[in-house]
Amino acid sequence: MTEAVSPAPNRKLARWPVAQRFADHRLALFGLATIIVLAFSCLVGPWLLPFSDTHIDMQSRFAAPFSGSHVFGTDMMGRDTLARLLMAGRISLSIGFSAMAVSMVIGVSVGLIAGFYGGAIGAVLMRFVDAMLCFPSIFLLLAISALVSPTVPAIIFLIAMTSWMEVARVVEAQTRSLRTREYTLAAHSYGASSSRLMFREILPNAIAPIVVAATLNVANAILAESYISFLGFGIQPPTPSWGNMLNSAQTYLTSAPWLAIIPGAAITLAVTSFNFIGDGMRDALDPRADH
Amino acid sequence: MIEKTQSPILRVDDLRVAFGARKKWTEVIHGLSFDVNPGETVALVGESGSGKSVTAMSILGLLPPGQARIEGNIIFEGREIPQLSPDEMRRLRGGDIAMIFQEPMTSLNPVMTCGNQIAESLAIHRGLDTRAARAETLRLFDRVRISDAERRFSDYPHNLSGGMRQRIMIAMALACKPKMLIADEPTTALDVTIQAQILSLVKELQEDEGMAVLFITHDMGVVAEVSDRTVVMRNGDLVETGTTADIFGAPKAGYTRSLLSAVPRLGSMAGESLPRKFQIYSRNSGEAEDIKINETPASAPGAPLLKVQGLTTRFTLRKGILGRVAGRVHAVENVSFDIRSGETLALVGESGCGKSTTGHSVLRLTEPDAGTVNLNGENVLEMDKDKLRQARRRMQMIFQDPYSSLNPRRSVGNSIIEPMLVNGLATREEAHYKARELMTQVGLLPDTLERYPHQFSGGQRQRICIARALSLEPDLIVADESVSALDVSVKAQVVNLMLDLQQRLGIAYLFISHDMAVVERVAHRVAVMYLGEIVEIGTREAVLGNPQHPYTKRLLSAVPVADPSRRHVSRVIDEREIQSPIRQPDYVPPSRSYLEAAPGHMYLDADIS
Amino acid sequence: MATFLLRRFGQAVILLIVVSMIGFTILHLAPGGPLSQYAVDGSMTQADLDRLADQLGLNRPLPVQYGEWFLRMLQGDWGVSYRDRQPVLDIIFSHLGATLELMLTATVIAVVLGVWIGTLGAIRRYSFFDSLATVGAMVALSIPTFWFGLIVIYVFSVGLDWLPSGNRYTIGDGSFWNRVHHLVGPSIVLALVSTAVWSRYMRSSMLDVINQDYIRTARAKGVSERRILFRHAMRNALLPMITIAGVQLPVLLSGALVTETVFTWPGMGRLFLDSISYRDYPVVMGVLMFSAVIVLLGNLLADLLYSVADPRISRQS
Repeated sequence: MTEAVSPAPNRKLARWPVAQRFADHRLALFGLATIIVLAFSCLVGPWLLPFSDTHIDMQSRFAAPFSGSHVFGTDMMGRDTLARLLMAGRISLSIGFSAMAVSMVIGVSVGLIAGFYGGAIGAVLMRFVDAMLCFPSIFLLLAISALVSPTVPAIIFLIAMTSWMEVARVVEAQTRSLRTREYTLAAHSYGASSSRLMFREILPNAIAPIVVAATLNVANAILAESYISFLGFGIQPPTPSWGNMLNSAQTYLTSAPWLAIIPGAAITLAVTSFNFIGDGMRDALDPRADH
Repeated sequence: MIEKTQSPILRVDDLRVAFGARKKWTEVIHGLSFDVNPGETVALVGESGSGKSVTAMSILGLLPPGQARIEGNIIFEGREIPQLSPDEMRRLRGGDIAMIFQEPMTSLNPVMTCGNQIAESLAIHRGLDTRAARAETLRLFDRVRISDAERRFSDYPHNLSGGMRQRIMIAMALACKPKMLIADEPTTALDVTIQAQILSLVKELQEDEGMAVLFITHDMGVVAEVSDRTVVMRNGDLVETGTTADIFGAPKAGYTRSLLSAVPRLGSMAGESLPRKFQIYSRNSGEAEDIKINETPASAPGAPLLKVQGLTTRFTLRKGILGRVAGRVHAVENVSFDIRSGETLALVGESGCGKSTTGHSVLRLTEPDAGTVNLNGENVLEMDKDKLRQARRRMQMIFQDPYSSLNPRRSVGNSIIEPMLVNGLATREEAHYKARELMTQVGLLPDTLERYPHQFSGGQRQRICIARALSLEPDLIVADESVSALDVSVKAQVVNLMLDLQQRLGIAYLFISHDMAVVERVAHRVAVMYLGEIVEIGTREAVLGNPQHPYTKRLLSAVPVADPSRRHVSRVIDEREIQSPIRQPDYVPPSRSYLEAAPGHMYLDADIS
Repeated sequence: MATFLLRRFGQAVILLIVVSMIGFTILHLAPGGPLSQYAVDGSMTQADLDRLADQLGLNRPLPVQYGEWFLRMLQGDWGVSYRDRQPVLDIIFSHLGATLELMLTATVIAVVLGVWIGTLGAIRRYSFFDSLATVGAMVALSIPTFWFGLIVIYVFSVGLDWLPSGNRYTIGDGSFWNRVHHLVGPSIVLALVSTAVWSRYMRSSMLDVINQDYIRTARAKGVSERRILFRHAMRNALLPMITIAGVQLPVLLSGALVTETVFTWPGMGRLFLDSISYRDYPVVMGVLMFSAVIVLLGNLLADLLYSVADPRISRQS
């Protein structure tokens, strides 16, 4: 039995090929670094700044950036823009992560059940997903947010409610294909139970698209929060969020453009970073790269 | 064949090909040299990874520029191919050298009609206008024996079977009367009866047109059927080259010898009633390895184990919003057979004949519509969930694709102990101990249990799958094309392992395969399936040695013989396509009766082929 | 093909029913349900509200109410606006033109640019252009549309004074060029995300196609690279784009809403926002349902187009 000597040579990085490929993706690394820095400064920054985000100072209204003690200037009530930006970051980022977590739980459960059981259950669930996807998400978000009082948990729940469908579709398709994979059939034939098949055979192998979807979901949740807050139906002042900081910016666009530019840049930076990370994950977890 | 003395039409000299990007280049062809003379067929053979297809692609300059680096000389009719300008290269491709590929299903443009794809070639190389190109295309259809040419001209590829598409590819290749044809595994994806049709078509057209053929294949049987000279490759190196008769008659290199010996030869088992292992030769020295082939006799069948009667599985095709039944796939139709313990019943047939569905139905991985499956006297089809789970312990399955039959996210050790844990047969420690034992049994190092499937080769993975199946100590293993995806030498080793285990443990196999030559080695008895029915069943000696049903005869005559002196060039080739098992919803299968050719050798009393 | 059409049509009908159920549920989720407007403004007592609910049949079982509501929707009776007592459907149609104009212009820009960028990126994979396009598309996807709108207004209207900062046309000047002038800003803003999406999908679709066996076949028979791109690859690569157009429709509609707000464009999005502010539920529900139906029909249309364009479906025997 000449063939049965030893397995294929264990390459240097064979153990962490995914991490290696992710590290090769420069944009993804940039994204990761940006998010870490951003999250850290939002967490720690407000304590280090000499100004509180709610401190109103009518004497120094509309101070331009880099002109005095206010690095990013002040708004129409003389509040420090940087302090507000960092506090808003706490809100916006945590909404992004929490909404992602909730929507992943819903999306993965629905997709897994629909894909595994198929038949009538699968058809009903997936038609519901299709129908939900027919509603443009902003329309749906605004319609419901106008009905509820816009607290932070309510906004998180709302965003999750309108963003789990894509995840469900991805997971359903994966599950359907993995269910007929030969190792799943083998497990079925040696007597593994349904939950064992779902959680031991199928879910671990569907993890790659789920992780990618989760990353992109954070990006979209941050965007969604900014849209509804900008339009005035999201997080309500005085609680700052990146979206509601822009809410009044349009009025002062001519006189105080930094009020529009700075929070918008923060949103773009955060969302771009998450998108880069997601793209890097997609490349790193691509099963085709294994061979 | 015409004039061998003239200078070669193609000369490949010290060809080196490397793949890579930036500065990391990996050489895959290490200095390959060979000639092709006008009108001659040269076979380029090797196992997967030998670089045979890469060679073909570099001749036509089809490797992705920038990702591949070609060194050495490729001289076609005195011209250096790598030095041709893009325009000259285009005239060469399709004009002087044509190529056909392995996958007829994906090699044609899905949004262009078959006719237009050929006419395009005629317009480019021969400047024909639309009408002339159409007339010429129809003539070419005729030449490759496509009936109903007018209608086929405007058909899109998806309407045609794989064999038909390969004919279209051949017509396209012939369009501009090339001086040389490169055929890259053109029949590998086809069923054996269709393969025989395509091979004889290629030979016939070659003789008519006097073109040279470079035939790339992994199948020594095909080599023996078609080629004048043979070039054997391994891992990008030339191993041996010579006339096909010499290569088969007196191979010089050890590798060639081991390749040839591993080739199953239909007819080599005449006069033996029990299975026999393959002789394994060292791949370097070519010497026979001492594996004590016939130290103990092969397993002889014992007590009755499985009795299948009237098994029927149909799939309903629905159409429209109301799900009206539009037709049924009669995948398995009234199939009966039995297997004794320690016996191998081979289920053979071409694609779509229902052999895999039969295997799945026996284990109820697919629910059959009718029939009984008695395992040790208990009907599996009537069992409830718990009983079925217990019954499945005694019937395990090994699948075809070694890459998808192991969970990639689980170590092979966990894959092997999982069945024991699920069934509560052992504690984790006991199971682990047993897994080490099983690894040794299937010829792998027990220390590799912690590794993951991607760290093993295809043959090793198939051994792991066997170990996993064995962990439940089954009485019956359903092996669904389990060695079909493996290279020929690896295939021989896995087959030997299966025979060895049968001998030691008395396991029965339901061996599902399309590969007649392997079946001849492993089977005690053979059942031939066509369109969901068993057309002939009996002992292996009787069915293969004295076939009764017309389909069995057709199937056997299509199998290539790995012996150039017994080439059936002039054999009459049946042009029939494989029929579809899809029937109208109101179709009632006719009642069948079997004739008995000899005790235990039955065949269907109707020609359904 | 006929069965295919029939099946797709049947699926659309089922989807419409599910969509309407979701809409109906949201309507009844509102605090005070369909009567919340009266409940909010405080001019009615609880007794008045109960009487009104009784009159409107709001105390009957929900399935009955849903059935009636759905039938009325089918007949074009979408209720009356609380604000100006106009039929909801009339109000929607009077705002539809502006939105369609904006969406169509943006789509044309996005398709032309996106297909071009995506194709070039695919055939020159890993080139400088490709990397730039990839990064550019990712950033474009991450920019909030309203913020990009503000920047465009700040640069081109406030700063350079090249473009008007809002509205569909100058009051009193409804000329074609005036309208085009007003259309430039919002359609570029709306096209940004779509262009990014189209270029990404086109790139991956084209990459898929140019690695297919049949492209190798075409090359092996001596077809020129140009002809391979335009005759063999392009049509195959564009096929999945039809589906993408359908899938992108809700995203485009969402974008239109935001763009209309920033550019004070008198379309459906503005109508929707205004109605939310006024708690004009019939109009809010009307626009929500209407946009879902547009998406549904758009997807149906994309399916039909696909089936015509792909011989694997249209020529099924």
